[in-house]
Amino acid sequence: MKTLVWVEHDGSAVKDATLAAVTAASKLGEVHLLVAGSGVDGVAKAAAGIAGVGKVHVADNAAFGHNLPENIAPLVADLMGSHDAFVAPATTTGKNIAPRVAALLDVMQISEILSVEGPKTFTRPIYAGNAIATVESSDAKLVLTVRGTAFEKAASTGGSGAVEAVSAGGDTGISSFVGAEIAKQDRPELTSAKIIVSGGRALGSSEKYQEVIVPLADKLGAALGASRAAVDAGYVPNDYQVGQTGKIVAPEVYFAIGISGAIQHLAGMKDSKTIVAINKDEDAPIFQVADFGLVDDLFSAVPELTAKI
Amino acid sequence: MKILVPVKRVLDYNVKPRVKSDGTGVDLANVKMSMNPFDEIGVEEAIRLKEKGVATEIVAVSVGPAKAQETLRTALAMGADRAILVQTDDEVEPLALAKIFKAIADAEGPGLVILGKQAIDGDNNQTGQMLAALTGWAQGTFASAVDVEGDHVSVTREVDGGLETVKLKLPAIVTTDLRLNEPRYASLPNIMKAKSKPLDTKSPADYGVDTAPRVKTVKVSEPPVRSAGVKVADVDELVAKLKAMGVHS
Repeated sequence: MKTLVWVEHDGSAVKDATLAAVTAASKLGEVHLLVAGSGVDGVAKAAAGIAGVGKVHVADNAAFGHNLPENIAPLVADLMGSHDAFVAPATTTGKNIAPRVAALLDVMQISEILSVEGPKTFTRPIYAGNAIATVESSDAKLVLTVRGTAFEKAASTGGSGAVEAVSAGGDTGISSFVGAEIAKQDRPELTSAKIIVSGGRALGSSEKYQEVIVPLADKLGAALGASRAAVDAGYVPNDYQVGQTGKIVAPEVYFAIGISGAIQHLAGMKDSKTIVAINKDEDAPIFQVADFGLVDDLFSAVPELTAKI
Repeated sequence: MKILVPVKRVLDYNVKPRVKSDGTGVDLANVKMSMNPFDEIGVEEAIRLKEKGVATEIVAVSVGPAKAQETLRTALAMGADRAILVQTDDEVEPLALAKIFKAIADAEGPGLVILGKQAIDGDNNQTGQMLAALTGWAQGTFASAVDVEGDHVSVTREVDGGLETVKLKLPAIVTTDLRLNEPRYASLPNIMKAKSKPLDTKSPADYGVDTAPRVKTVKVSEPPVRSAGVKVADVDELVAKLKAMGVHS
């Protein structure tokens, strides 16, 4: 089987989510990559170095500069003439593009796969991760998105893919990119961080989040996260949100501070290697999944932890 | 401008799903069912566009069993003008749903179709994007703001790193994210009034759509259970545990 993996990048570097998608694709067969964008020579070169990669298709065109699915999906559909599976990381970009490709190919997509069980059989979470479905496709081609935390990352070096320019596609003219407000954080990205410090509603305010959560994260070089309740209450922006409706994370250590542990939050972090919970309420569901639980007032315990660690 | 709002009847957000012991799916017998929360946000957004004078008519559509009428009545009580139930007892996959919505869009000629970004049962996150592909319209997925300006709509999207704004030519597809709005509750008089609003019943065959599944569910199982670890007595013990794992500044 020949797979075509969507390379997610920021214009200069390949994003980690791509590497997990490469691992998933390699379980199906030959791995080809698609690098689409504007001025992406450097990305193409880096992508060609990913271990185990065959051909790297490079579509360099201003129309592909902002991942507009209206322009990208026809390009992918065209390349799928010579591939059997389109594999994209389940990022907001992958989720935006892949179903549009699937419909153009008249294929039912399989979203957020957790494992490859056979050439057309996969597992995936349903009901916010409260159930795992094993599903089998009967379509001639496959369109998959891959949950990044469920697969090892392929090595980003050691490969020697052959770079090939693709001239297909262009601007459909029905959509345009206006702008972005991408939070500039001087810390690791949530989805690839080794340590995450998350705060919940018990913090009570944005000021307390800054005062209590941020110093611990700073000290540990950790990414910052939050529960949906904390986001809804306006303590932090939405891109901090960990959970079924936010980001799915699986760091080495996850600190859940003042987070009760709603099902939807657990769905986003329960694959973390070690979970540390600090909460005043000893009956909070978070303690049922925590490796280390501390029943204490977070406003005194967390500063003490920050000072002593 | 007309707005089409697809809505799905799903297991209520607050009910914990239970996997059936025979592994065929999640038990939906005798449990509370409600409108998919993301679809509720879609209905609300359509109503706000109507209140602003941008939209003139809101058509709610649901594909599902006879009981999906209740979900449509909820949409009507919130403020939709009329409803279409495409009745089927089969589970309809996103691709077939998109084909049905495409046929309805062809017949109704909406300026916007606003869908939830995903349904909280299947968690597929596909139907809106697929409908956009089939109609050839632009898509603004995971929307946190929607502004119609003349023959375009500007959509602010929730993306991994923050927010992104795109400008789409109308007609267009929008899928909702959580922060787009807070849906209203239907008032009692409006619930009464909704009972007399028009609700048409159709079948997938009326739209020439084959709903035979492309993906077979082999089995559904419980997720692996994570067991609780230990409670530590105080911060010092926690620090010791963390340091033993190599976690320190």
